[in-house]
Amino acid sequence: MATEDMAVGSDALARFAADDHVLLSVQDLRVHFHTDAGVVKAVDGVSWSVAPGETLGIVGESGSGKSVSAMAVMGLVPVPPGRFPSGRIMFSGRDLLKLHEEELRGIRGKDVSMIFQDPLTSLNPVFKVGHQIAEVIQVHEKLGRIPARKRAVELLAEVGIPNPRQRADEYPHQFSGGMRQRAMIAMALALDPVLLLADEPTTALDVTVQAQIMDLLVKLQEERKTAIVLITHDLGLVAAHADRVLVMYAGKVAEVGDIDNIYYEPRHAYTFGLLSSLARLDQRRSERLDPIPGQPPSLIRVPTGCPFHPRCQFATQVCRSEVPPLTPREVAVGGLHLAACHHSDEVAAAAAASAHVMPIDPGPDGASRP
Amino acid sequence: MGKYILRRLLQMILVLIGASLILFVCLFVLPGDPIGSLAGSERVRDPVVRETLEKRYNLDKPLPVQYLTYLGNVATGDLGESFRLRRPVNDVIWEKIGNTFRLALTAIVFEIIIGVIAGIVAAVFRYSFWDVLVTVAVTLTVGFATFVTGLILQQVFALKLGWLPLSGQETPLHYILPAVTLASVSTALVARLMRGTMLEVLRADYIRTAFAKGLTKRTVILKHALRNSVIPVVTFIGIDFGTLLGGALITEVIFNWNGIGSALVTAIGAQDNPMVLGIATYSVAIFVVVNLVVDTLYGFLDPRIRLQ
Amino acid sequence: MAEESPPRARSHPPLEAPAAVDSTVVPTGEGQVAQAEPGSTFAGAESSAAAVGIRTQTQFGDLRRRFFRNKLAVLGLAVVASVFLIALLAPLLAPYDPYGQDLDDTLANPSARHWFGTDEVGRDQLSRIIYGSRIAVAIGLTSIVLALAIGVTLGAIAGYLGGAWDTVVMRIADVFFAFPFLIGAIVIILLIGRGVLPVILALAIFSWATVSRLLRSSILSIRESEYVESARSLGAGRWRIVTRHVLPNAMAPVLVFATVSVGGAIVGAAALSFLGAGVSPEVPEWGNMVAAGQPFFGYKDHLWFFPAMAVVYTVLGFVFMGDGLRDALDPRLR
Repeated sequence: MATEDMAVGSDALARFAADDHVLLSVQDLRVHFHTDAGVVKAVDGVSWSVAPGETLGIVGESGSGKSVSAMAVMGLVPVPPGRFPSGRIMFSGRDLLKLHEEELRGIRGKDVSMIFQDPLTSLNPVFKVGHQIAEVIQVHEKLGRIPARKRAVELLAEVGIPNPRQRADEYPHQFSGGMRQRAMIAMALALDPVLLLADEPTTALDVTVQAQIMDLLVKLQEERKTAIVLITHDLGLVAAHADRVLVMYAGKVAEVGDIDNIYYEPRHAYTFGLLSSLARLDQRRSERLDPIPGQPPSLIRVPTGCPFHPRCQFATQVCRSEVPPLTPREVAVGGLHLAACHHSDEVAAAAAASAHVMPIDPGPDGASRP
Repeated sequence: MGKYILRRLLQMILVLIGASLILFVCLFVLPGDPIGSLAGSERVRDPVVRETLEKRYNLDKPLPVQYLTYLGNVATGDLGESFRLRRPVNDVIWEKIGNTFRLALTAIVFEIIIGVIAGIVAAVFRYSFWDVLVTVAVTLTVGFATFVTGLILQQVFALKLGWLPLSGQETPLHYILPAVTLASVSTALVARLMRGTMLEVLRADYIRTAFAKGLTKRTVILKHALRNSVIPVVTFIGIDFGTLLGGALITEVIFNWNGIGSALVTAIGAQDNPMVLGIATYSVAIFVVVNLVVDTLYGFLDPRIRLQ
Repeated sequence: MAEESPPRARSHPPLEAPAAVDSTVVPTGEGQVAQAEPGSTFAGAESSAAAVGIRTQTQFGDLRRRFFRNKLAVLGLAVVASVFLIALLAPLLAPYDPYGQDLDDTLANPSARHWFGTDEVGRDQLSRIIYGSRIAVAIGLTSIVLALAIGVTLGAIAGYLGGAWDTVVMRIADVFFAFPFLIGAIVIILLIGRGVLPVILALAIFSWATVSRLLRSSILSIRESEYVESARSLGAGRWRIVTRHVLPNAMAPVLVFATVSVGGAIVGAAALSFLGAGVSPEVPEWGNMVAAGQPFFGYKDHLWFFPAMAVVYTVLGFVFMGDGLRDALDPRLR
């Protein structure tokens, strides 16, 4: 990797990290949608942060609020139905929620980028792919058509698309799914943003293609030191690629911590439930899968107290009445680990005893990750 | 794309054949005495006329031959002769088509400008006063069918206010009321179609991506959204143009417009069958051809069709 | 070989024949194809059918509730009901005989004796308008029912049997689409002559094609849909699938179209009469009355104005009702 690249990366970082360790800080964010049916509390008091160059995985079921938080960062939440009763999103010293549209526009696509789930519908079908990539460059960098297009072709090559010059003149429907997502990545990383929000980037793709796309993201991240927020419902994806994980449930943060700790020492009943329900390679065939009973709650009528209590095996009276605060928990090794659960200790005990949550037998090289 | 056009062309030919069959049946087969319907009640007994017509249309030969003769005639532009005017239908059409064409063009221009803009405004400012205004206007205009709109406009603007002339087509001012009348229902529908399509498009994922790239709202709407929304609207307008070229019957009657529409209506009153069917043939032919052109245009506009 | 998982959205198929760009087609005025609601982006009736009633079966009670919540729809229903009522009770409501001439009192302006004035042979306009509603309702309903009968049958054949049947039916439909509405109707009238029945036939002949195209694309979308697949995988037989799942949902856009089209048919009949190619001239029909008022334009305007308003009133009723029906059936609004 050329030294120039590293220099560029660190310059960008120097511009944006007020505090060396925090690139983006979401603080007590609430996003409520006022609809005819009631107020949908999509995000209800969520805080998280991303450090430069790290990969934060945000995991949760559909309706957990994970996508909406990311949209809030980008300022893409439609504001008539949506409102922000509380919260700040701090980025390079500014609260993104308080910025004017023009200032936000300067950030979108340039400092913070987002890629979405379905690359077929996320690309405009009537414009050429190369043009759509060049567009983001032209908007932010005042580049002419020809140099912008040249850069677009280079980007297509960087994301591993063969025949980039020819492909740049083609339309999205002429690309395969994996290639489209690569093109979207090219578009998102064109201006070297310091933060990339990836909302279910591989969900719409075949499994083999998923791995390729993730590898591409990892490679680009290493080269450019981009921080990535990986939003997904796929625990396996997060396990392979994230540094830290945030688990969301019903618009609130359930648990957050280093990846190993989340997977091997969960402290929230929901996380424990998720992990227990996973099918594992080393699981015996006769063992039954253990799903979490019930359904995720409606965000209009969120249960009182801890939103997970109706489905929780550890639930008691206090869970029904008091919202558990997000508090630090003891873990064996590693950074800050927070969980919002009244019965963290019981969860810890259950996890330690569970065959499911045990690490896979480490191989001869001592690596404990699958 | 070539295959697409070819397919459409074949379809068009099939349709033309089918339509010509219907018209042939109407003119030659169903009326008891085709000569009667071709020559009119006055001249039907004139032996000279009978002989001319018989020869021209091969009326003594079997039906299939008659049909082919008819088809051949039509293809070469011979649409028969009006017995009221004693002139070839073709000549009459040729004379009046200019007026109809100009009127249709004016109407289309009006329709495009007002309809598209109204639709965009209604979609972008959804639920606002403008949206409500457009929606109400659309519903009312559609409900007030063309002939009602025409009469009312004529009454108010020509008669009562005297701003615009009552009928005829001499000056550009003469074009206004007829064109607006003609365009009224279509404009409403274009506006509604544009609004609906735009609303759908604005919900699309690629619009979200466009915003995520940092584009201005203006660019997103006028470039990304519009380019996708116009496709069905262009198709509609094209088809409409085909219809209008076929003769704006009601408008031409109300405003005494000397085009093929009023020629057709006069012919109906005079029971001048060849004229009626001749103009009908022309209308159908032009409508079908315009549809083909529109289809091709649609293929060009949508790259998903254009490229395999 | 495709890399990706099956695309979420169906790719939009191109228009087969462009005439009806969108779902509901209403003939108005010049024979332009009018549309009641732009369904969705590209393809014609296909996507609009997809927009209405694809996922769930409509429960009648649920439908009724949603319809009645919509004030405009209720207004439309009221208007339509009033027209039907007037048509039914015409002999009781009309103050005079609609054919009765009073040569002493011709071209009278509206007064206490004749609320809507009289025409050139002294016939009471109000009575003629009231009786006109009978003609309007008769023509409107009959022609659309006829169009439905033909269109649904052929459309169902094309949609469900597919293959050669589909092609043949659609090509035939294309031929009928080639005629601008009024022109086509005029050709038929020319053939058969003027009168109520010819008008009904003419209108039906040029409306069935849209019905069958609508139904066909409805059926096509539903056939492929997931819930039909699941019904099939649960072992439901073909007949059960058709009657319980496919038909009720496929009929939805067709019914919306039919409702609005009755209004369109009434306008069409009036337009034809206005042009002299509709019902016989002495019949009290709104279009006829407007035509009769033409020579007196600007000086005895009551002659054309009231019948014209009758047309507008009726059509708007059907339009509102149709819109309301469409909104009630749209699963996306649930």
